[in-house]
Amino acid sequence: MAKHKTPMLDELTKGPWPSWVDDIKGEAERRKANPDNIDYQIPADVCEDWLGLQELSYKDMETHWKHGGIVGVFGYGGGVIGRYCDMPQQFPGVAHFHTVRVNQPSGKYYTTKFLTDLCDIWDLRGSGMTNMHGSTGDIVLLGTFTEQLEEIFFELTHNMNTDLGGSGSNLRTPAGCLGKSRCEFACYDTMALEYSMVQQYQDELHRPAFPYKFKFKFDGCPMGCVCSIARSDFSVIGTWKSDIRIDQEAVKAYVGGEFKPNAGAHAGRDWGKFDITAEVVNRCPGQCIKWDGSKLSIDNKNCVRCMHCIAVMPRALRVGEETGASILLGAKAPILDGQQMSSLIVPFVPAEDPFDEIKEVVEKIWDWWMEEGKNRERVGETMRRMSLQKVLNVIGVEPDARHVKYPRENPYIFWKEEEVGNWDRPIEEYRKRHAR
Amino acid sequence: MASVEFKGKSFEIDEDGFLQRFEDWSPEWVDYVKESEGIKELSDEHQKVIEFLQDYYKKNGIAPMVRILSKVTGYKLKHIYELFPSGPGKGACKMAGLPKPTGCV
Repeated sequence: MAKHKTPMLDELTKGPWPSWVDDIKGEAERRKANPDNIDYQIPADVCEDWLGLQELSYKDMETHWKHGGIVGVFGYGGGVIGRYCDMPQQFPGVAHFHTVRVNQPSGKYYTTKFLTDLCDIWDLRGSGMTNMHGSTGDIVLLGTFTEQLEEIFFELTHNMNTDLGGSGSNLRTPAGCLGKSRCEFACYDTMALEYSMVQQYQDELHRPAFPYKFKFKFDGCPMGCVCSIARSDFSVIGTWKSDIRIDQEAVKAYVGGEFKPNAGAHAGRDWGKFDITAEVVNRCPGQCIKWDGSKLSIDNKNCVRCMHCIAVMPRALRVGEETGASILLGAKAPILDGQQMSSLIVPFVPAEDPFDEIKEVVEKIWDWWMEEGKNRERVGETMRRMSLQKVLNVIGVEPDARHVKYPRENPYIFWKEEEVGNWDRPIEEYRKRHAR
Repeated sequence: MASVEFKGKSFEIDEDGFLQRFEDWSPEWVDYVKESEGIKELSDEHQKVIEFLQDYYKKNGIAPMVRILSKVTGYKLKHIYELFPSGPGKGACKMAGLPKPTGCV
């Protein structure tokens, strides 16, 4: 018999999608039965109280968590999101319900050994509920009490060699697509870059020193599987400089129907026979592909590397051999002055371990933003306030046509004094020629 | 709301142990909080940070940004963590009696 009645949540156990209500009820029962005889360090009925509180929120149609919460571990300024229930008498199991962010491995590859060990810690010292993973990438341990935070941190670091993730006005936990580990499109080793950045900037991740949060994300190619262009202040997106590699025999196999377009991604519906002209040539945004009936050719000078042709014919077309990455800056959600995707600041940068060229750009941006950024101003907003020109200046990149989608249409153009001569013009001199 | 008694003074605090009212601050408060913030003995450097936070708060109605705290006190962030292990927000601001930091923390 469950502790609280949950008629509305129970509706969500119906239907084919895996039900989180079922899962949490299962965990609640497991904790009640306690088959492993665990000396639970937070209330054993945490899951039941959580479900009860959730049901109440469904009924009241408002949240029942109190505002904010400042908890953590010594030495760090972030990593734990404090949370307290606003009805602790009724739901004592979730009187405290802090979230612990744990730094995930690049690409989120795991062994069951690692996950089992993590679950063992969380079973004993937490709610048994998790989020795999938070949007930024962290492993999220959902719900524990303040007294357990240092205990969990000790066990994570001493027994699992694993650290907390980031929170607050600092570098948040970086994330990347799975890159070269299992993708033929990857233009650089995103997992290596992610790991290298996490290690190099531990201090910036654990101790908030920035005007506001700052995120890194690393995409292996313009497909954007980790959405770096939309969800990171500093987006590194793989690309190439040389020609797309074409295997003419494989192209013919696509035309002949041996190979499925888009690796069979549209197999769920009959789209007719593959038509290379309609599906590849005419869809190319650079209009730089030709198909003469037996040979595919690409005018690479006009290719914008959008990935479309490669995605349609992955067995025939490959990214160029000379690879690297583009750096884009400033993506953010709407608050305060509107949403932004990242803007191109470095068109092409080498991206090889130890990634010094990329780190150099990062540090120049930080030096500037940490000094000039206003309180709670994302770097994208600082860029808007102070201009893209300023950013280019800071990172030492010459302005270039690729930095804009189109040139400005208003004529409010600033010039530097040294570009025009001298701004010190006595009005008397002018009056000698132009009487009032 | 919970209230604590210490050395004859009474303080109202929230769940995170932050003072509910800045006006309630007194030197006894610092004495009371220091242990839970991992501080054994209070040095002049601790005092300097606390005093600056309070001055800034009285003047501006908000806590200073980290880099302003560093600039004015001359302490690098690393040193601030040596002084206050839970950092300038949870550690120093709490001891100075400032309101709890808010936002996406």
